[in-house]
Formats: sequence, structure tokens, C-alpha cells
Amino acid sequence: MQDFSYVNAQTLSEAVALLDENGEKARILAGGTDLIVNVREARRDVDLMIDVKSIPEVNVLDYDANTGLTLGAAVECYKIYAVDAICDAYPGLIDATKIIGGTAIQGRAGVGGNLCNASPAADCIPPLIVLNATCVIAGPNGERELPVEQFCTAPGQTALEKGEMLVSLKIPAPASNSSSFYLRFIPRNEMDIAVVGAGASVTLDDAKQTIVSARIALAAVAPTPLFAQDASASLVGREVSEAAIDDAAEAAQAIARPISDMRGTAEQRTHLVGVLTRRALNGAIQRIRD
Amino acid sequence: MTEKKEYKVIGTRPIRHDGVDKVTGRALYGADFQMTGLLHGRVLRSPHAHARIVSIDTSRAEAYPGVKGVATAQDLPDAEDRIADLGEGAVNLKYLCDNILASDKVLYKGHAVAAVAATSPHIAEEACTLIDVEYEVLPPVLEVRQAMEADAPLLHETLKTTSMGETADEPSNVASHIQHQLGDPEKGFAEADIVVERDFVTGTVHQGYIEPHNATAHFNQDGQLTIWCSTQGAFTVREQVAEILQYPISKIKVVPMEIGGGFGGKISVYIKPVAALLAKKTGKPVKVLMNRADVFEGTGPTPASYVRVKMGATKEGKITAAEAYLAFEAGAYPGAPVGPGAMCIFAPYNIENVIIDGYDVVVNKPKTAPYRAPGAPNAAFGSESVVDEIAEKLGIDPLEIRLRNGAKEGDRRADGPVHPRIGCIETVETAKAHPHYTAPNGQKHHGRGVASGYWFNIGLESSVTINVNADGTINLIEGSTDIGGTRSSIAMQAAEVLGIPAESVNPSVVDTNSVGYTAVTGGSRTTYATGYAAYEAAQDVKRKMIARAAKLWEVDEDNVQFADGEFSCINGKEEQISFRDLCGRLGQTGGPVVGSGTVNPGGAGGAYATHIVDVAVDEETGKVEILRYTAVQDAGRAIHPSYVEGQIQGGAVQGIGWALNEEYIYNDEGTMTNASFLDYRMPTCLDLPMIDAVIVEVPNPGHPYGVRGVGEVPIVPPMAAIANAIYDAIGIRMTELPMSPDRLLKAMGKI
Repeated sequence: MQDFSYVNAQTLSEAVALLDENGEKARILAGGTDLIVNVREARRDVDLMIDVKSIPEVNVLDYDANTGLTLGAAVECYKIYAVDAICDAYPGLIDATKIIGGTAIQGRAGVGGNLCNASPAADCIPPLIVLNATCVIAGPNGERELPVEQFCTAPGQTALEKGEMLVSLKIPAPASNSSSFYLRFIPRNEMDIAVVGAGASVTLDDAKQTIVSARIALAAVAPTPLFAQDASASLVGREVSEAAIDDAAEAAQAIARPISDMRGTAEQRTHLVGVLTRRALNGAIQRIRD
Repeated sequence: MTEKKEYKVIGTRPIRHDGVDKVTGRALYGADFQMTGLLHGRVLRSPHAHARIVSIDTSRAEAYPGVKGVATAQDLPDAEDRIADLGEGAVNLKYLCDNILASDKVLYKGHAVAAVAATSPHIAEEACTLIDVEYEVLPPVLEVRQAMEADAPLLHETLKTTSMGETADEPSNVASHIQHQLGDPEKGFAEADIVVERDFVTGTVHQGYIEPHNATAHFNQDGQLTIWCSTQGAFTVREQVAEILQYPISKIKVVPMEIGGGFGGKISVYIKPVAALLAKKTGKPVKVLMNRADVFEGTGPTPASYVRVKMGATKEGKITAAEAYLAFEAGAYPGAPVGPGAMCIFAPYNIENVIIDGYDVVVNKPKTAPYRAPGAPNAAFGSESVVDEIAEKLGIDPLEIRLRNGAKEGDRRADGPVHPRIGCIETVETAKAHPHYTAPNGQKHHGRGVASGYWFNIGLESSVTINVNADGTINLIEGSTDIGGTRSSIAMQAAEVLGIPAESVNPSVVDTNSVGYTAVTGGSRTTYATGYAAYEAAQDVKRKMIARAAKLWEVDEDNVQFADGEFSCINGKEEQISFRDLCGRLGQTGGPVVGSGTVNPGGAGGAYATHIVDVAVDEETGKVEILRYTAVQDAGRAIHPSYVEGQIQGGAVQGIGWALNEEYIYNDEGTMTNASFLDYRMPTCLDLPMIDAVIVEVPNPGHPYGVRGVGEVPIVPPMAAIANAIYDAIGIRMTELPMSPDRLLKAMGKI
């Protein structure tokens, strides 16, 4: 491990200026549960760590039943699932925050960091995609917004330009008769990274029989988490049925382009996309009906 | 079962002597060791699985600020094909040295090539990247059957197969072939109404001890070398370092620190001689620590294997013949535990006609090291699966077929020895009567399986010294690393002899200068053999204390008897004194009392286990959940039942990991792609039910209290038991380990 400098940035503009000055070898430090491990294991070369935990904007956790959720990029997982209203509104996101690491890691790690780490297998990203989250990004030229499904560009790579950082995530208020669900497959019951992850959000009609809208997203089956657009669209207007869900699962499998590695084989992953998509959709529907 | 004797201490559950220090974080492990002027060492490891070393240039590393010394194989004494006898059998010294620091070839990814000592661990790590090694990369061979093929890449140009006393002319990756035969297998198979033959494959698995290897070495000005380290045997470290460095054992002292698990993996040395080399070069104490990737890639796992088993039986379920072919991966240098595998494979049964062939084969993986009953689990996965299949095809209960064929006293094992009193049948009977076995097992995709296992256990040398204290306590000095509560199980045997509470014994595990020779903590020998030495040392104390009482009372020693912690005069005088009070009068009766005991006992007494497991199989994902697990085992006599149960539970859990998810995953270049606890998937507490440990006691006639080793046999049955349960659940025989979700999906035809 090589020496690096550390700055505890107090404002967004300070952090952005430091990022702009130092380029690639400057990294944002929030929870540090990925960054510090990567530096220690020599997987990432860092000259400057910019700690953003003192910046007010990245610590915002604000939920309003009409306007939705603003989730600061450095808010730790445990703070999110401690708020009952957020748990009720976005159960799919809560599913993810509760399975990232153990309790100790959830005390440090946050959803924003999980997104910026841009792992194809990140548990938080499919729920953000199915919940229509928007990234609020600060940079040398001011703020901009980006749909979360466009944020990751390759393993470990994001749409952030030089000098840019993630400030917060905005998630719209949930529609009535809607819910969300996330699950992953791991060979053990803990301590693993997703072999495949699947998230779903579903909105039903007032009779809770017909699907008004749905979104499906997948993890660990492509270089970035995927929004399964066709699979999602295939459900709109259909009665809740095994056939409708099987069709969506099949459409989701069609966009998976997984690799074989030490966590699973490509065939296994493609198969699991079908299984998990069904389970995620059924899970979300069950939550609406309960 | 034999009648139970009455004991005061044995069979009770006192708090372990090292417990408070461990749970409060005060116990000192190797990584805690500090010393003024300490340097930090780091090992450079090969990025290739198979390559010739063309050149090593250390000059840039040596010039790096903070670097105090660099070592390579050039610094080791010349070791051309010398054979060293290290107590546990002859060892080729060149192989031993080359595994410490490669000289001409690297034989696995992670093979140590050079080492740096520097003023900080970070500098040492950076300096390793400045060592220029030129390699000529060679094709690796990573699988035992491929390595046995005639045109396979050769690891050692000089290695030739030895087979029953004969050595082949041409070099090969097959180091040796062994064969055991009993009766007439051909005739036995002819008598069978049913013959089942299957192939099995098992993966490379690691012991997964939580504490990485560590060593700190220091040379005094007079040439005295001291090594503080984590090891299962301080004396074997002394022997191996002496051979590798060609340094007299009288000038080496090894101080065993507390150990964070070993399971067989901390018998071989890796960085201890390296720390010593660096200490010699720099004149300073040098500490070398491994990280987890070093442990996976640079230390010995247990072999992957290919096993073929054929068994025949009559309609009535009598097994008439058995045949086994065992091909084990030794890793980079010869020495796979195929011998023990062959000794154990059919040992739960009395079979008249048996033939077993075993092959020790080198491949481009780390040299394998012992792991809990080494070789036996690989073999038993095959044999216990085949026994299950025979039982099922004959419509006989799988425990019933084990009872009908179960090994008993007087039966002969295929490799020769005749069983003394053993508890094989008793474990099967106990399992059969257990509420787990009789509980309903009907749910869809749920299944139940059973399997038995055997481990022979070993004796070997142990020494114990007891110093009697004036307050009636004793200090017990021993040389056995305490991995599983043996301070207590050894202390309790001395306490039983002297009629004192376990708490009145202060056990200490000491360095090699401070106790008589003691072999490694391995082979499930410690409570048996070091416990035996403690028994003998306590008898010595007892004899000496009787002499003191006789002196005190001015009577013959024959007139003093000792019972329940009290000395009394049996002829004439009405005298009585407790052990404790007599301890206070040693000064006036001749001075201190010290007792000693040394043993090398031959009657270790084999251990048997029978396990029952219930599983649920997720047919959509291929994931297997362990629902219920019961492990029955003959402990001979459970000195401290809690630690016997702990050993049974631990062994079963490691077997569950081996069965379901653990394996070294390699890419085509021979790089392990899962060298971390994240991706090398050992079971966590969330993956396991409570393991119900059931102790059966069939006392071992080879020990004064009937002790049998308990640590190893519980890892033998789980793989087959789980495979048999999966068959019961989904009707598919899994023959490859681990039985991971993707393999189950494939077997079910889902992918």
C-alpha cells in the first residue's frame, strides 16, 4: 500500500475543486468499505482521498409522501432502514440495504457509495433503477441530473466526468397500489456477492388484478446493472398471472449477457435471471396485496 | 458397551484454562509479537503456475530506502536430493527447501521466490515489486487424471514412479503407487448379486483456519536462533528449520504462541525458515505475516482427487467384495495422503475380499498439507455413496446394511491391521435409535442421508512435567499446541490421578527448551498421548508423595495408600493427610516434588462416526439447505464432553463446507480465482443448523482412561451423508464435490 493524502472537505465546491485539480488519482471517501479495501489490496492507486462526510448536501435524508425521497450520497444504510416511512415506501431498496455486508458494514456503507463503486453485482442499483431514481451530480460547471440506469458505464466506471461527484439520489413518491422487491442468489445465506440480483417494482390497478406499470432490473449479468426495458413493458396492461410473469422472466433472460467466473457460470446466471425475476415480481405483487 | 467407571474429574465440564484470556482478547498470538528493532518481512510469490526461473535480480529492491535485506533460494544451503528424516517419515530435502524458496522452477501460482526485510511492512511489500524475476513460462497441469497421462507436462524431470518396491525408468508425475489386497476380490464379485461401480471427483479444499501463518525470528550474538510462531508442533518446526537451514537443533528454540486454528495446515513450515534467513542476513529480529491470499495460494490445502469405487453384495445385503482406485493430487511435491485414504476407505466394514490401488500425483498446485483425517474424506465420499446405493437397490435400510457388515474387534482392515475393541457398530446402533432417524421425512424435495467414517488416530511421543506447588496445586508443563481445549483435557487426566479439581492444575504449553520432545498436535493424538503422559507424570508425583507421607509418618511406603485425594496409613498408625496439606510439607520432607511422564504409545485406538443429515433442495436454484444434522461418534472416553462435542461439531461443519461450496477455482493459467474468504465459501453460522453431537463411549483398551482421538473422524462422513440426502430429495446421485448450486442445476438438467 502506498501513502496517500487525506482531505476532510467541508463544502461541495471544495470537494469538486479538489477532484478537478487532482483527476483520476483523487477518490471520494464516504463509507470507505470498498475504497479502503481496494487501496490496501493494491487494486486501486490513490493519491488523494477526499472525505465528503462533513458536507451537508451528501448527508440529507428527507422523505415526503408527496415529493418522495432525497437520499444524500453518503447516508449509511442503517440510517435508511431506521425510518419506517422509507421502509414502507421503498421496500425493494430496504431489501438491498439490509443485505449489503453485515451489521457493522451497514453502519459505514451507503447506497451512494454502492452506486459509485459501479460493481455489476451491486445490490442497491437494481432497486434504484426500478424505483426510477435520479442521480444529482455536482461538478465544475454546476449541477446536473441523470437517470440512475445511465450512471454505470462499465465495471467500476461511471458517467461522472472529471471533477464531478454524486451528491444525492432522488426517488419519486410511490404510486398507490405499488410496491418493490429485491433479491439476489448467493450459494450461502450471507457473506457473498450476488451471483445474480433482480429487482422489480409493480403498480396494480385498484382491483389489484391488472398491472398498470412495472420495472425490472438485473445485477451481475452484464458489465453494468441492467434495466430490463422490454421485460418491464411486456407486463403493462396484463392481468397478474403465471403466464404474464413467465413472459417477463423470459424477456429479462434475453437481455442477460453474463460471464462465467468464480461466482457462477454464464448458463447458471441466465437460468437464475428467470427464477429471480419471477420471484422479484411475485414478491412485489404479494407486498401490494398484503 | 463396557461398564462405566466412576470418575471425579473425567467426564465433567470445567471452564477451560485458557478461556478467560481468549475471550477477553489477552491471549498472545504470533501477530501480536513485538520486539525492539523489529523488521518486517514480505515474500514475493510466483505469478505463474509453472515456469522455469531464468534469473532473479534483487538489486533494485535492495536499493529501496528502508530495505535491510533480501533473500532467495541462493541463501539456503545446497540440498541436492538429500533425504531428511523428520519423525513423520522421510522427506526429500530438496523438495522441502524448494517449497520454502523456489530455486530452479516455480511449480504453482503463489510459490515463494524471494523475500524482503524492511523497516515497515509497506516498504517490504513495495520492495517485492522491485525484484526482477525472469521466467520461462511452462504449460501447467492442474488435474490429477491429466497429470497421469503420458504426455502431460512434467513438474520434476527426476521424479520416477515407485510401485511396490520398484522404480520406473521414465520420469512421471506419478510419485508412487500403493496397493492393498485382502482375500480374492474376483471371487467376491462373482458371489455378489448386485455390483455398483461409480466414479467420484473431489475439489481442492483448504483448512480455512482463521489465523494466517506468522513467524518472528531472531539470532542472538552467540548464534542462538529463536522463532516465535503459530504452529501445531514447536518441535517439528525446530526439526524442519534445522534441516532446511542445516543448523543444529541445539541452537534453535521455538516458542509456540497461541494458535488460531490449524486443522493440520500448521505442521508444515513456510515462512518460518524465511524469517530466520532474513534475521540472519540483517542481524535483526524479523517478523513475517501472511495475508489471506498468501494462505490460500502459498500453503497446503488438502488434495483434489479422483476416486473409483466398486462394491458387490448379496441379496441379503452382505458385502462380498470391494475395489477402490484412489488418485490424489499431491500438489507441487510428492506426499498426498493417499495412504491414509486407503487405510480408511472400507474400514467401517468387515469385507473379506478387497483391493485398493492408490496413486500420489504431482500437479501445479500448492503442495498439499494435512487437513483433518487427511485422505479419508475423499475416499469415504466414494465408498459411503456406493454403500448407500447398494442399500437402496436392495431395499435395505442404509443403517441396517452398515450393521450387517459392520467392522468389529478381530476383523482385519484391508491394509493389514486387525481391529482391537472398536465402536463402529455402536455408532450405527445409536444413530439408528436416534429420534432424528426415526422422525418423519416426507416433504417434497427434502431428503435424509446417512454415512459412516473411520480414522485410525495416532500415538507418537509426548512429554509432561508436573511441578507440585505448596498450596496443593500443580503446574503442568507440556509441549502440545492447544487447538481444541487440550490444556483442559490433559490437565483433567492429571487431576483425576491426584484427586484434585481440574482448577488446581495450571497447564502451560512451553517452548522447545523447556519440555521433553513432543510430537505435533495432529492425528487426533493430543488428549490421547499427551494426556497419557500427564497420567504417567501424575503417577510419578503420586509415588513420590506416598514416599513423603511415609517419611512423615516414619512407616514403609507400602503402608501408605492414596485414594480420593487423601493419603492414609493402612498398617498400625491412624494417620491421614490430604494431597493439599502434604504439598505444604514438602520442604520438611525432602524438598520439591517434580513428576515426569514420557510416552510413545502404540494403542491409539481408531475412531468411528455415523452421521445423519436432512436437506432441502431448491429445485429452481440448485441450492441445498442443511435442515438438521446429527453426528454420532465413539470417543472412547470423553474427558471433557464439551470439547468432544466441539470437535464433532467443527468437523461436521467443515465437512458440510467441503460438500456444498468449498473449492479452489482455477483459470486455465493455473491461477486460483477465489483466494479470499469472500469467494472461497466456507459455511457461516447462518448456513447451519445446530449440529447435534452424540457421544458414544467404547473405551480404548490402549489408554488408562479409554481415550480415543476425536478431532478428525467427524469430517469423514458429511460429504457422502449429504450426497445421499440429496439423492433422497431429488433422486439424483451427485458424484462431484462440491455439490454447488450450478452442479445441481446441471445434474437436474436445468442448465
